[in-house]
Amino acid sequence: MAKITFITSNNEKITVEATAGSVMELAVNNNIQGIDGDCGGVCSCATCHVFVAPEDVDKVGVASEIETDMLELADDANEYSRLCCQISVSDAIDNVVLTVAK
Amino acid sequence: MGKCEFADAFKEEREKSGIGKMDDQGDPVVMLLKHKDVRKAAHNYKSFSSEAVPGRIVVPSEVNIRTTRQIPFEVDPPMHKEYRSLLDAWFKRPLQDAYKKELTTIISTVLDDVLSRDKVDVVTDLALVIQSRALTLLLNVPFSKSVKWISWGTHVFRSEGEALDGDKAAILYNYIDEEIDKAIANPSGDLYSTLLAAEVEGKKLTKEEVKGVLILTFAGGRDTVINALTNSISYFSANKEALEQLHSTPEIINNAVEEFVRYFSPLTHMGRVVTEDTTVCEHAVQADSRISLCWASANRDEKVFENANEIVLDRKINPHVGFGFSHHNCLGATHARQIMRITLKLLAEKVGDITVLEAEENIENLGEFTRKVGYNSLKATFKKR
Repeated sequence: MAKITFITSNNEKITVEATAGSVMELAVNNNIQGIDGDCGGVCSCATCHVFVAPEDVDKVGVASEIETDMLELADDANEYSRLCCQISVSDAIDNVVLTVAK
Repeated sequence: MGKCEFADAFKEEREKSGIGKMDDQGDPVVMLLKHKDVRKAAHNYKSFSSEAVPGRIVVPSEVNIRTTRQIPFEVDPPMHKEYRSLLDAWFKRPLQDAYKKELTTIISTVLDDVLSRDKVDVVTDLALVIQSRALTLLLNVPFSKSVKWISWGTHVFRSEGEALDGDKAAILYNYIDEEIDKAIANPSGDLYSTLLAAEVEGKKLTKEEVKGVLILTFAGGRDTVINALTNSISYFSANKEALEQLHSTPEIINNAVEEFVRYFSPLTHMGRVVTEDTTVCEHAVQADSRISLCWASANRDEKVFENANEIVLDRKINPHVGFGFSHHNCLGATHARQIMRITLKLLAEKVGDITVLEAEENIENLGEFTRKVGYNSLKATFKKR
């Protein structure tokens, strides 16, 4: 079981839990504003862009080349950017904080 | 009839020069063929603009058949974002449970009708009907409106033997004018009325702006959705195990939809007008010339997609550009994806076998390239599971 906190664009903090699946699915299932996950998680749409809290970067890990290429062309991306469809839910990411991109 | 091959028309040139060239009614187009170049140019609206003379970014150009600017499609940022923000909530409605339920009823009814017949034309009896009836949901208008749209046939702008048909386009434009006038006289909860009441930057949308959104909604989702549906059916005929796979593992339906969109790329390419002398793929292009972003070629780029010329139903990572890329990604994609997801789900539940009997291919001529984009006609039998 991992607890994940999302901070939405209106500064709402929402903590949700899951044991499996992707972080994008978790967000969509909990109606987290700003995470659409249009493509269902195949890394094609960039509608699940989040910023990982700096202290959680090691826990979450780095983006693959395909994800990095996608993020390079996303508006407002920075070194903390991830597409959360590419982050798997597991104990390893318990208590991470993700800020939803606008 | 066992084949469902949609060849990669661009492989040789993509790997050799990275660009293709075609003439289009005297306004030539340099086609970008590589995935990376296509995405970069799509993102760079300052050098490659969508805000040219209305119709010019479309290939074949529609400059001679329309003057209305399609919105937000033919507007660059930052104004583009104003329109898009206004429209996004409406065009994300297909994510709502009630919408999905109604769409399921529409598609289920069409499939039941198809299953009750000896033989059908997939293009006119299935794809056109589903597309038209589903559009009533997207516009939030009465179901009965779809009867007229079905009567228009498979293309709104295009007709056989003639790339652009001004008379046919006028039918659509006049229809939209009439519907807007009706909405002004009797406002309701449909898209026409919603747009007429909406404001951008503190100003109410004009009739011309409303018309621009509606033309885009009608035309952009017409033959693209029809081709996606028809081509998928042809695949299930040629690959008998695929429907069974979707039946036994419905959790891959979403992956299958994205893979069909990648492989079939229902919209071959979209143009941009170059705003300054620059280069694309080390090739000089001049200000006021045209380039196109060739989604169909990018989607077969073997530098990005393993086994790019195969349909891998459960492909996990699929950064395709079948719905375009960046600011101008397809406004109707949420609706189109729901149509495809529900159709695949219901086909897997209801249909045991699809067999194509006769096929008439729809081949596009793009200068040095020819590309099969779909079918003009696809006669087939459907058997119940």
